[in-house]
Amino acid sequence: MAFFDVFKRRHAETSAGGAPGDRGLLIFENTSEVIRAERVLKAKGWEIRVMGPPPEIRSGCDLVIEIPLIEELNILRSLQEAGVLPKEVVPVTSPLLKPVDLFKVKELDRYLMVRAANMKLTVDKETSTIVNVSGGGCPDVPYLAQEMVGKTLMEAPSPREIGHTLCGYALQLAYEEATRRCTQ
Amino acid sequence: MHAIVGTIPREQFPLTPGEVGLIDNELCIGGNRVPVNRGTPALLAAAIKAGDFLGLPAPYGYVVGDIGHGDGSRRLYEYLTLHLPQSDFESITLHYLLPDVNWHNRVLAKLDEAVRRPRLIADAGFMYAAKMSGKSLQYDLFTPDIGELAFLADEEAPHPFYTRGFILHEESGVPDLISRAYAHNNAARHLLVKGEKDYIANEKGIQAVIDQPVEDAMEAIGGTGDTLTGIVASLISTGMEITEAASIAARTNRLAGYYAKPTPATQVIEIVNHIPRALEEVLGENERGAPWEEVSQGESA
Repeated sequence: MAFFDVFKRRHAETSAGGAPGDRGLLIFENTSEVIRAERVLKAKGWEIRVMGPPPEIRSGCDLVIEIPLIEELNILRSLQEAGVLPKEVVPVTSPLLKPVDLFKVKELDRYLMVRAANMKLTVDKETSTIVNVSGGGCPDVPYLAQEMVGKTLMEAPSPREIGHTLCGYALQLAYEEATRRCTQ
Repeated sequence: MHAIVGTIPREQFPLTPGEVGLIDNELCIGGNRVPVNRGTPALLAAAIKAGDFLGLPAPYGYVVGDIGHGDGSRRLYEYLTLHLPQSDFESITLHYLLPDVNWHNRVLAKLDEAVRRPRLIADAGFMYAAKMSGKSLQYDLFTPDIGELAFLADEEAPHPFYTRGFILHEESGVPDLISRAYAHNNAARHLLVKGEKDYIANEKGIQAVIDQPVEDAMEAIGGTGDTLTGIVASLISTGMEITEAASIAARTNRLAGYYAKPTPATQVIEIVNHIPRALEEVLGENERGAPWEEVSQGESA
Protein backbone atom coordinates (compact mmCIF):
# COMPACT_ATOMS: atom_id res chain seq x y z
CA MET A 1 0.00 0.00 0.00
CA ALA A 2 1.49 3.35 -1.02
CA PHE A 3 1.80 5.96 1.71
CA PHE A 4 -0.71 8.32 0.19
CA ASP A 5 -3.16 5.72 -1.04
CA VAL A 6 -4.66 5.59 2.43
CA PHE A 7 -6.83 8.51 1.42
CA LYS A 8 -9.69 6.85 -0.39
CA ARG A 9 -11.94 9.03 -2.49
CA ARG A 10 -15.42 8.41 -1.14
CA HIS A 11 -18.57 10.42 -1.05
CA ALA A 12 -19.60 12.04 2.21
CA GLU A 13 -23.21 11.57 3.24
CA THR A 14 -23.22 10.94 6.92
CA SER A 15 -24.03 12.67 10.14
CA ALA A 16 -21.67 13.56 12.94
CA GLY A 17 -21.34 11.14 15.80
CA GLY A 18 -20.78 11.90 19.43
CA ALA A 19 -17.08 11.08 19.51
CA PRO A 20 -14.41 13.74 20.07
CA GLY A 21 -13.89 15.92 17.02
CA ASP A 22 -10.13 15.56 16.87
CA ARG A 23 -9.93 11.76 16.60
CA GLY A 24 -9.50 9.60 13.53
CA LEU A 25 -9.74 5.90 12.70
CA LEU A 26 -7.14 3.69 11.04
CA ILE A 27 -8.77 0.97 8.97
CA PHE A 28 -6.75 -2.13 8.09
CA GLU A 29 -7.16 -5.12 5.80
CA ASN A 30 -7.42 -7.57 8.67
CA THR A 31 -7.31 -7.94 12.42
CA SER A 32 -3.75 -9.21 12.57
CA GLU A 33 -2.59 -5.94 11.02
CA VAL A 34 -4.58 -4.07 13.66
CA ILE A 35 -2.78 -5.95 16.39
CA ARG A 36 0.64 -5.30 14.84
CA ALA A 37 -0.15 -1.62 14.36
CA GLU A 38 -1.43 -1.30 17.92
CA ARG A 39 1.83 -2.74 19.23
CA VAL A 40 3.90 -0.35 17.09
CA LEU A 41 1.94 2.74 18.09
CA LYS A 42 1.77 1.93 21.79
CA ALA A 43 5.51 1.30 21.82
CA LYS A 44 5.96 4.80 20.38
CA GLY A 45 3.80 6.27 23.13
CA TRP A 46 0.77 7.31 21.07
CA GLU A 47 -2.57 7.65 22.82
CA ILE A 48 -4.62 5.15 20.84
CA ARG A 49 -7.32 2.57 21.41
CA VAL A 50 -8.57 -0.42 19.48
CA MET A 51 -12.31 -0.46 18.97
CA GLY A 52 -15.12 -1.69 16.74
CA PRO A 53 -15.73 0.39 13.61
CA PRO A 54 -18.81 2.61 13.17
CA PRO A 55 -21.64 1.12 11.06
CA GLU A 56 -20.80 3.16 7.96
CA ILE A 57 -17.49 1.39 7.49
CA ARG A 58 -18.14 -1.94 9.19
CA SER A 59 -17.28 -4.91 7.03
CA GLY A 60 -17.71 -7.78 9.45
CA CYS A 61 -15.90 -8.83 12.56
CA ASP A 62 -13.31 -6.11 12.23
CA LEU A 63 -11.45 -3.66 14.42
CA VAL A 64 -10.11 -0.15 13.93
CA ILE A 65 -7.59 1.96 15.82
CA GLU A 66 -8.60 5.38 17.11
CA ILE A 67 -5.84 8.00 16.85
CA PRO A 68 -5.36 11.77 17.30
CA LEU A 69 -6.28 12.73 13.73
CA ILE A 70 -4.24 15.93 13.60
CA GLU A 71 -1.06 13.86 14.02
CA GLU A 72 -1.96 11.49 11.20
CA LEU A 73 1.16 12.19 9.14
CA ASN A 74 3.47 11.35 12.00
CA ILE A 75 1.54 8.20 12.89
CA LEU A 76 1.49 6.94 9.31
CA ARG A 77 5.23 7.41 9.09
CA SER A 78 5.69 5.17 12.14
CA LEU A 79 3.43 2.54 10.60
CA GLN A 80 5.19 2.73 7.26
CA GLU A 81 8.53 2.10 8.96
CA ALA A 82 6.99 -0.99 10.54
CA GLY A 83 5.47 -2.12 7.23
CA VAL A 84 1.89 -2.05 8.42
CA LEU A 85 0.10 0.82 6.71
CA PRO A 86 -3.69 1.06 7.04
CA LYS A 87 -5.82 0.95 3.93
CA GLU A 88 -7.68 4.09 4.99
CA VAL A 89 -7.78 6.91 7.56
CA VAL A 90 -11.10 8.59 8.36
CA PRO A 91 -12.37 11.13 10.90
CA VAL A 92 -14.30 9.64 13.82
CA THR A 93 -17.06 12.21 13.60
CA SER A 94 -17.79 11.53 9.95
CA PRO A 95 -16.16 8.33 8.74
CA LEU A 96 -17.16 8.83 5.13
CA LEU A 97 -15.55 12.26 4.86
CA LYS A 98 -12.82 12.45 2.25
CA PRO A 99 -9.79 14.72 2.25
CA VAL A 100 -9.79 17.83 0.14
CA ASP A 101 -8.67 16.88 -3.35
CA LEU A 102 -9.17 20.15 -5.19
CA PHE A 103 -6.25 22.36 -6.07
CA LYS A 104 -6.39 26.06 -6.75
CA VAL A 105 -3.58 27.20 -8.98
CA LYS A 106 -2.70 30.84 -9.59
CA GLU A 107 -0.05 32.29 -11.91
CA LEU A 108 1.62 35.43 -10.56
CA ASP A 109 4.05 36.56 -13.29
CA ARG A 110 6.97 34.13 -13.06
CA TYR A 111 5.56 32.47 -9.95
CA LEU A 112 3.13 29.59 -9.53
CA MET A 113 1.01 29.36 -6.37
CA VAL A 114 -0.70 26.05 -5.60
CA ARG A 115 -3.28 25.80 -2.82
CA ALA A 116 -4.47 22.51 -1.33
CA ALA A 117 -7.02 22.86 1.47
CA ASN A 118 -5.60 25.52 3.78
CA MET A 119 -1.99 25.38 2.52
CA LYS A 120 -0.29 27.35 -0.25
CA LEU A 121 3.10 26.78 -1.82
CA THR A 122 4.64 29.26 -4.27
CA VAL A 123 7.40 28.41 -6.71
CA ASP A 124 9.55 30.46 -9.07
CA LYS A 125 8.79 28.72 -12.37
CA GLU A 126 12.12 29.72 -13.92
CA THR A 127 14.30 28.19 -11.19
CA SER A 128 11.86 25.75 -9.48
CA THR A 129 12.77 27.48 -6.22
CA ILE A 130 10.17 27.46 -3.43
CA VAL A 131 9.83 31.14 -2.56
CA ASN A 132 7.01 31.01 0.00
CA VAL A 133 4.76 28.76 2.04
CA SER A 134 1.60 30.23 3.54
CA GLY A 135 -1.61 29.20 5.26
CA GLY A 136 -2.11 26.40 7.75
CA GLY A 137 -2.45 26.37 11.49
CA CYS A 138 -0.54 23.41 12.90
CA PRO A 139 2.90 24.02 14.43
CA ASP A 140 4.84 22.10 11.81
CA VAL A 141 3.87 24.69 9.17
CA PRO A 142 6.39 27.38 10.22
CA TYR A 143 8.99 24.62 10.56
CA LEU A 144 8.23 23.20 7.12
CA ALA A 145 8.43 26.69 5.61
CA GLN A 146 11.75 27.28 7.32
CA GLU A 147 13.16 24.04 5.88
CA MET A 148 11.72 24.39 2.36
CA VAL A 149 11.77 28.06 1.37
CA GLY A 150 14.82 29.03 -0.66
CA LYS A 151 15.39 25.49 -1.96
CA THR A 152 14.36 24.03 -5.29
CA LEU A 153 11.55 21.48 -5.45
CA MET A 154 14.17 18.78 -5.96
CA GLU A 155 16.43 19.91 -3.11
CA ALA A 156 13.77 20.63 -0.52
CA PRO A 157 12.71 17.95 1.95
CA SER A 158 9.14 16.91 1.23
CA PRO A 159 6.48 17.62 3.86
CA ARG A 160 5.86 13.88 3.96
CA GLU A 161 9.40 13.39 5.26
CA ILE A 162 9.54 16.09 7.91
CA GLY A 163 5.92 17.14 8.54
CA HIS A 164 3.73 15.75 11.29
CA THR A 165 0.16 16.96 10.92
CA LEU A 166 -2.78 17.29 8.58
CA CYS A 167 -1.50 20.73 7.55
CA GLY A 168 1.74 18.97 6.61
CA TYR A 169 -0.33 16.54 4.56
CA ALA A 170 -2.08 19.37 2.74
CA LEU A 171 1.27 20.98 2.01
CA GLN A 172 2.52 17.66 0.63
CA LEU A 173 -0.35 17.66 -1.85
CA ALA A 174 0.45 21.24 -2.91
CA TYR A 175 4.14 20.28 -3.20
CA GLU A 176 3.33 17.28 -5.42
CA GLU A 177 1.05 19.34 -7.63
CA ALA A 178 3.66 22.12 -7.97
CA THR A 179 6.31 19.52 -8.84
CA ARG A 180 4.03 17.94 -11.42
CA ARG A 181 3.32 21.27 -13.06
CA CYS A 182 6.93 22.45 -13.00
CA THR A 183 8.24 19.26 -14.59
CA GLN A 184 5.63 19.04 -17.35
CA MET B 1 -1.71 44.55 28.45
CA HIS B 2 -2.49 41.76 26.04
CA ALA B 3 -1.09 38.25 25.75
CA ILE B 4 -0.15 36.16 22.73
CA VAL B 5 0.13 32.37 22.89
CA GLY B 6 1.87 30.24 20.28
CA THR B 7 4.83 28.20 19.13
CA ILE B 8 8.32 28.78 17.78
CA PRO B 9 9.55 26.43 15.02
CA ARG B 10 12.54 25.16 17.00
CA GLU B 11 12.36 21.84 18.77
CA GLN B 12 14.49 22.83 21.75
CA PHE B 13 13.07 26.31 22.34
CA PRO B 14 12.08 26.39 26.04
CA LEU B 15 8.63 27.24 27.33
CA THR B 16 9.02 30.96 27.87
CA PRO B 17 6.54 33.43 29.33
CA GLY B 18 7.43 37.12 29.28
CA GLU B 19 7.34 40.48 27.58
CA VAL B 20 8.39 40.34 23.94
CA GLY B 21 10.56 42.89 22.13
CA LEU B 22 11.79 43.35 18.58
CA ILE B 23 15.45 44.19 17.95
CA ASP B 24 17.11 44.18 14.51
CA ASN B 25 14.16 42.30 13.00
CA GLU B 26 14.39 39.53 15.60
CA LEU B 27 12.03 38.78 18.47
CA CYS B 28 13.50 38.89 21.96
CA ILE B 29 11.85 36.91 24.72
CA GLY B 30 13.41 35.56 27.91
CA GLY B 31 16.92 36.15 26.61
CA ASN B 32 16.24 34.22 23.39
CA ARG B 33 16.19 35.72 19.91
CA VAL B 34 13.97 34.39 17.14
CA PRO B 35 13.86 35.37 13.45
CA VAL B 36 10.53 36.71 12.18
CA ASN B 37 9.39 34.51 9.32
CA ARG B 38 5.80 33.45 9.74
CA GLY B 39 3.53 31.93 12.36
CA THR B 40 3.53 33.21 15.91
CA PRO B 41 6.81 35.17 15.53
CA ALA B 42 5.19 37.17 12.69
CA LEU B 43 2.07 37.76 14.76
CA LEU B 44 4.16 38.95 17.71
CA ALA B 45 6.29 41.22 15.54
CA ALA B 46 3.22 42.87 14.01
CA ALA B 47 1.63 43.30 17.44
CA ILE B 48 4.80 44.94 18.73
CA LYS B 49 5.05 47.32 15.78
CA ALA B 50 1.38 48.29 16.04
CA GLY B 51 1.60 48.54 19.82
CA ASP B 52 4.67 50.78 19.68
CA PHE B 53 2.78 53.18 17.47
CA LEU B 54 -0.28 53.07 19.72
CA GLY B 55 1.81 53.61 22.85
CA LEU B 56 0.97 50.21 24.32
CA PRO B 57 3.20 48.16 26.61
CA ALA B 58 4.95 45.23 24.94
CA PRO B 59 2.69 42.19 24.51
CA TYR B 60 3.14 39.35 26.96
CA GLY B 61 4.12 36.15 25.18
CA TYR B 62 3.62 32.53 26.14
CA VAL B 63 5.72 30.63 23.62
CA VAL B 64 7.33 27.21 23.32
CA GLY B 65 9.26 25.29 20.70
CA ASP B 66 7.22 22.85 18.61
CA ILE B 67 7.92 21.59 15.10
CA GLY B 68 4.74 19.55 14.91
CA HIS B 69 5.31 16.71 17.36
CA GLY B 70 2.90 18.41 19.74
CA ASP B 71 5.06 17.94 22.85
CA GLY B 72 5.72 21.66 23.19
CA SER B 73 2.08 22.52 22.56
CA ARG B 74 0.92 20.17 25.29
CA ARG B 75 3.41 21.59 27.78
CA LEU B 76 2.15 25.06 26.94
CA TYR B 77 -1.51 24.02 27.27
CA GLU B 78 -0.72 22.65 30.71
CA TYR B 79 1.21 25.77 31.71
CA LEU B 80 -1.74 27.94 30.66
CA THR B 81 -4.18 25.96 32.80
CA LEU B 82 -1.93 26.57 35.80
CA HIS B 83 -1.18 30.26 35.25
CA LEU B 84 -4.07 31.89 33.38
CA PRO B 85 -6.36 31.97 36.44
CA GLN B 86 -3.94 34.47 38.05
CA SER B 87 -3.66 36.59 34.90
CA ASP B 88 -5.21 39.98 34.17
CA PHE B 89 -5.07 40.68 30.43
CA GLU B 90 -7.30 42.90 28.34
CA SER B 91 -7.16 40.32 25.57
CA ILE B 92 -5.49 37.02 24.75
CA THR B 93 -4.65 35.83 21.24
CA LEU B 94 -4.27 32.06 20.88
CA HIS B 95 -2.41 30.96 17.78
CA TYR B 96 -0.20 28.15 16.41
CA LEU B 97 -0.67 25.22 18.79
CA LEU B 98 -1.30 21.63 17.89
CA PRO B 99 -5.11 21.42 17.91
CA ASP B 100 -6.23 19.35 20.90
CA VAL B 101 -9.85 19.60 21.96
CA ASN B 102 -9.38 18.25 25.48
CA TRP B 103 -6.57 20.65 26.29
CA HIS B 104 -8.44 23.49 24.59
CA ASN B 105 -11.45 22.90 26.84
CA ARG B 106 -9.31 22.89 29.95
CA VAL B 107 -7.66 26.18 29.00
CA LEU B 108 -11.01 27.78 28.22
CA ALA B 109 -12.42 26.67 31.57
CA LYS B 110 -9.45 28.20 33.39
CA LEU B 111 -9.93 31.50 31.59
CA ASP B 112 -13.25 31.84 33.37
CA GLU B 113 -11.29 31.92 36.63
CA ALA B 114 -9.01 34.79 35.50
CA VAL B 115 -9.00 38.07 37.40
CA ARG B 116 -11.09 39.42 34.53
CA ARG B 117 -12.35 37.53 31.50
CA PRO B 118 -10.14 38.74 28.63
CA ARG B 119 -11.42 39.28 25.14
CA LEU B 120 -10.43 36.15 23.23
CA ILE B 121 -8.97 36.01 19.73
CA ALA B 122 -8.18 32.68 18.08
CA ASP B 123 -6.37 31.91 14.85
CA ALA B 124 -4.56 28.93 13.31
CA GLY B 125 -4.43 25.69 15.32
CA PHE B 126 -6.14 27.07 18.38
CA MET B 127 -9.05 28.23 16.22
CA TYR B 128 -9.30 24.70 14.78
CA ALA B 129 -9.55 23.27 18.30
CA ALA B 130 -12.08 25.94 19.29
CA LYS B 131 -14.32 25.02 16.37
CA MET B 132 -14.00 21.29 17.00
CA SER B 133 -14.90 21.84 20.66
CA GLY B 134 -18.24 23.42 19.76
CA LYS B 135 -17.39 26.45 21.90
CA SER B 136 -16.70 28.98 19.13
CA LEU B 137 -19.20 31.50 20.45
CA GLN B 138 -17.14 31.91 23.61
CA TYR B 139 -14.55 33.71 21.45
CA ASP B 140 -14.71 37.35 20.47
CA LEU B 141 -12.86 37.02 17.17
CA PHE B 142 -11.69 34.35 14.75
CA THR B 143 -9.39 35.35 11.88
CA PRO B 144 -9.66 32.59 9.24
CA ASP B 145 -8.50 32.68 5.65
CA ILE B 146 -10.93 31.36 3.04
CA GLY B 147 -9.83 27.72 3.36
CA GLU B 148 -10.26 27.95 7.12
CA LEU B 149 -13.63 29.69 6.71
CA ALA B 150 -14.80 26.73 4.61
CA PHE B 151 -13.71 24.48 7.48
CA LEU B 152 -15.71 26.59 9.96
CA ALA B 153 -18.68 26.41 7.60
CA ASP B 154 -18.53 22.62 7.35
CA GLU B 155 -20.12 21.39 10.55
CA GLU B 156 -18.67 17.92 10.05
CA ALA B 157 -15.06 18.73 9.15
CA PRO B 158 -12.51 18.03 11.91
CA HIS B 159 -9.74 19.96 10.10
CA PRO B 160 -9.49 22.10 6.92
CA PHE B 161 -7.93 19.06 5.22
CA TYR B 162 -11.26 17.24 5.50
CA THR B 163 -13.56 20.05 4.42
CA ARG B 164 -16.17 18.56 2.10
CA GLY B 165 -15.78 19.29 -1.58
CA PHE B 166 -19.21 20.85 -2.09
CA ILE B 167 -18.21 23.62 0.29
CA LEU B 168 -16.08 25.44 -2.22
CA HIS B 169 -13.19 27.61 -1.12
CA GLU B 170 -14.20 30.35 -3.55
CA GLU B 171 -13.97 34.06 -2.83
CA SER B 172 -17.46 34.54 -4.27
CA GLY B 173 -18.88 32.15 -1.72
CA VAL B 174 -17.62 33.99 1.37
CA PRO B 175 -21.01 35.46 2.40
CA ASP B 176 -22.62 32.01 2.24
CA LEU B 177 -19.76 30.41 4.14
CA ILE B 178 -20.07 33.03 6.87
CA SER B 179 -23.82 32.39 7.14
CA ARG B 180 -23.26 28.67 7.31
CA ALA B 181 -20.57 29.00 10.01
CA TYR B 182 -22.95 31.05 12.17
CA ALA B 183 -25.89 28.73 11.45
CA HIS B 184 -23.98 25.85 13.04
CA ASN B 185 -22.48 27.96 15.87
CA ASN B 186 -18.99 27.43 14.48
CA ALA B 187 -17.96 31.09 14.31
CA ALA B 188 -16.76 33.43 17.00
CA ARG B 189 -18.86 36.49 17.88
CA HIS B 190 -16.89 38.32 15.18
CA LEU B 191 -15.08 37.05 12.10
CA LEU B 192 -12.27 38.72 10.20
CA VAL B 193 -11.95 36.69 6.99
CA LYS B 194 -8.61 37.26 5.28
CA GLY B 195 -8.47 37.07 1.49
CA GLU B 196 -8.59 39.00 -1.78
CA LYS B 197 -11.18 41.02 0.09
CA ASP B 198 -11.19 41.08 3.87
CA TYR B 199 -14.64 40.57 5.39
CA ILE B 200 -15.64 41.63 8.89
CA ALA B 201 -18.79 39.88 10.04
CA ASN B 202 -20.88 38.95 13.03
CA GLU B 203 -24.07 36.91 13.42
CA LYS B 204 -26.07 39.74 11.85
CA GLY B 205 -24.06 39.52 8.63
CA ILE B 206 -21.15 41.24 6.94
CA GLN B 207 -20.35 44.53 8.62
CA ALA B 208 -17.49 45.75 6.41
CA VAL B 209 -15.48 44.72 3.37
CA ILE B 210 -11.94 45.97 2.99
CA ASP B 211 -10.57 45.53 -0.51
CA GLN B 212 -8.03 48.31 -1.00
CA PRO B 213 -5.19 48.50 -1.76
CA VAL B 214 -4.80 45.27 -3.74
CA GLU B 215 -1.48 43.43 -3.92
CA ASP B 216 -1.94 40.01 -5.53
CA ALA B 217 1.40 38.83 -4.20
CA MET B 218 0.23 39.10 -0.57
CA GLU B 219 -1.69 35.82 -0.72
CA ALA B 220 1.50 33.92 -1.47
CA ILE B 221 3.58 35.49 1.29
CA GLY B 222 3.74 33.35 4.41
CA GLY B 223 2.80 35.28 7.54
CA THR B 224 0.60 38.02 6.08
CA GLY B 225 -2.43 36.55 7.82
CA ASP B 226 -0.44 36.38 11.05
CA THR B 227 0.50 40.05 10.80
CA LEU B 228 -3.15 40.98 10.35
CA THR B 229 -4.05 39.05 13.50
CA GLY B 230 -1.19 40.76 15.36
CA ILE B 231 -2.39 44.22 14.36
CA VAL B 232 -6.00 43.56 15.32
CA ALA B 233 -4.86 42.05 18.63
CA SER B 234 -3.06 45.28 19.53
CA LEU B 235 -6.02 47.44 18.52
CA ILE B 236 -8.47 45.32 20.51
CA SER B 237 -6.24 45.54 23.57
CA THR B 238 -6.81 49.32 23.57
CA GLY B 239 -10.48 48.59 24.30
CA MET B 240 -11.54 49.42 20.74
CA GLU B 241 -14.79 47.89 19.50
CA ILE B 242 -14.00 44.74 17.53
CA THR B 243 -15.59 45.57 14.18
CA GLU B 244 -13.77 48.90 14.08
CA ALA B 245 -10.49 47.29 15.17
CA ALA B 246 -10.79 44.61 12.50
CA SER B 247 -11.55 47.17 9.80
CA ILE B 248 -8.57 49.32 10.75
CA ALA B 249 -6.30 46.29 11.00
CA ALA B 250 -7.31 44.93 7.60
CA ARG B 251 -6.74 48.25 5.91
CA THR B 252 -3.41 48.70 7.75
CA ASN B 253 -2.13 45.26 6.77
CA ARG B 254 -3.00 45.90 3.13
CA LEU B 255 -1.36 49.29 3.16
CA ALA B 256 1.80 47.92 4.81
CA GLY B 257 1.91 45.31 2.05
CA TYR B 258 1.48 47.98 -0.58
CA TYR B 259 4.36 50.01 0.87
CA ALA B 260 6.60 46.93 0.79
CA LYS B 261 6.13 46.65 -3.01
CA PRO B 262 5.85 42.89 -2.64
CA THR B 263 6.48 40.03 -5.03
CA PRO B 264 5.46 36.44 -4.23
CA ALA B 265 9.04 35.95 -2.98
CA THR B 266 8.87 38.80 -0.44
CA GLN B 267 9.34 37.75 3.19
CA VAL B 268 6.93 38.99 5.82
CA ILE B 269 9.41 41.01 7.88
CA GLU B 270 9.57 43.48 4.98
CA ILE B 271 5.86 44.11 5.47
CA VAL B 272 6.05 44.23 9.27
CA ASN B 273 8.44 47.18 9.08
CA HIS B 274 5.82 49.25 7.23
CA ILE B 275 3.07 48.71 9.81
CA PRO B 276 3.63 51.94 11.83
CA ARG B 277 3.48 54.14 8.73
CA ALA B 278 0.40 52.32 7.46
CA LEU B 279 -1.34 52.45 10.83
CA GLU B 280 -0.71 56.17 11.16
CA GLU B 281 -2.28 56.75 7.77
CA VAL B 282 -5.29 54.53 8.41
CA LEU B 283 -6.02 56.04 11.83
CA GLY B 284 -5.83 59.46 10.18
CA GLU B 285 -8.36 58.34 7.57
CA ASN B 286 -10.52 56.93 10.32
CA GLU B 287 -10.66 60.27 12.12
CA ARG B 288 -11.78 61.89 8.90
CA GLY B 289 -14.45 59.20 8.32
CA ALA B 290 -13.55 55.66 7.35
CA PRO B 291 -13.58 55.35 3.55
CA TRP B 292 -14.13 51.59 3.70
CA GLU B 293 -17.62 52.04 5.10
CA GLU B 294 -18.70 52.93 1.57
CA VAL B 295 -17.85 49.45 0.29
CA SER B 296 -19.43 47.71 3.24
CA GLN B 297 -22.99 48.37 2.17
CA GLY B 298 -25.07 45.97 0.14
CA GLU B 299 -23.38 42.71 1.13
CA SER B 300 -24.97 40.49 3.65
CA ALA B 301 -24.12 37.10 5.01
